[in-house]
Amino acid sequence: MSEHIPADNPLVLGAFQFDSRLFLGTGKYATYPQMRDALDLSGCECVTVAVRRIPQDEPPGERFLDYLDMDRYTILPNTAGCFDAESALRTARLAREMLDTNLIKLEVLGDQKTLLPEPVDTLHATEVLVKEGFTVLVYTSDDVMQAKRLQEAGATAVMPAGSPIGSGQGILNPLNLRLIIEQAIVPIIVDAGVGQASDVAIAMELGADGVLMNTAVAAAQDPLRMARAVNLACKAGRDSFLAGRMDKRMCAMPSSPEKGVIGAGA
Amino acid sequence: MPPVEESHPASGESVRINGKNQPWRPDWTVTDLLKELDAAGPGVAVERNLEVVRRQKFASTVIQPGDTLEVVRLVGGG
Repeated sequence: MSEHIPADNPLVLGAFQFDSRLFLGTGKYATYPQMRDALDLSGCECVTVAVRRIPQDEPPGERFLDYLDMDRYTILPNTAGCFDAESALRTARLAREMLDTNLIKLEVLGDQKTLLPEPVDTLHATEVLVKEGFTVLVYTSDDVMQAKRLQEAGATAVMPAGSPIGSGQGILNPLNLRLIIEQAIVPIIVDAGVGQASDVAIAMELGADGVLMNTAVAAAQDPLRMARAVNLACKAGRDSFLAGRMDKRMCAMPSSPEKGVIGAGA
Repeated sequence: MPPVEESHPASGESVRINGKNQPWRPDWTVTDLLKELDAAGPGVAVERNLEVVRRQKFASTVIQPGDTLEVVRLVGGG
């Protein structure tokens, strides 16, 4: 780090702290080795995983956990796929027992088509898990008031969607995101909707404390190259935010001196 | 809403494991069940009748007729 640029603060989530502000999911990669290499290239320090039933009569084969370095990464289990508070709570408790972690990415969905969160159940489940001692990172839409309610309910971080999960539509409502960030008393991590590296940079430039993504990397034509791209975009976006952008102007202003151009009078 | 599996509670001499009814057997512990599922070791959690079974209790938890069990592990996800 250059002596002229002060180092950034780490992102603190409860008892955890991270230098990387990028969170990567572990789903939908073509192979487990590809997942492992994408995680590595993304520079992330925290990865999300899902909790699912053990299938009966599964043929022996490679196992997911053989490719996930649990010593290197902080594991953030999610309640993805839960459509009511009760199943999300049960999933969170199972994850805690499995991983000895209080970290949970709480997702309570309301609709199969859009995978948008169910706000009432999400708030209720947040309250219960906070009471049970979980460090709750809660997925929400970009609703400004709901984000406020969730942080008041004790969420450690609020995770608004840029656009629907897996849609790759990017940050569709930067104004809402900006309003969520401005009223935030907890870290805001944009979760869902990122489609490419520039979306990560935009979220970070808006002042997000982090970005969580999965499909944009896993479903890229070259997932490893995209993993590297989002790593760089996250750092670039963060630096750009911290640097503070110039004011916009209506008209041009020359960058080069106006005086001393050849051929002009003295 | 997602597809909802039929969720009749297990009755009589059967147990329900991950949504499927199976015959109950005497002296059948959670540890036994995990071995049968090739799921021994870390990265597994068990819920019995909506309560998490602590890992230290796997060997001493005897499955009872009518029990409903969920046996889960970690998978890739976002």
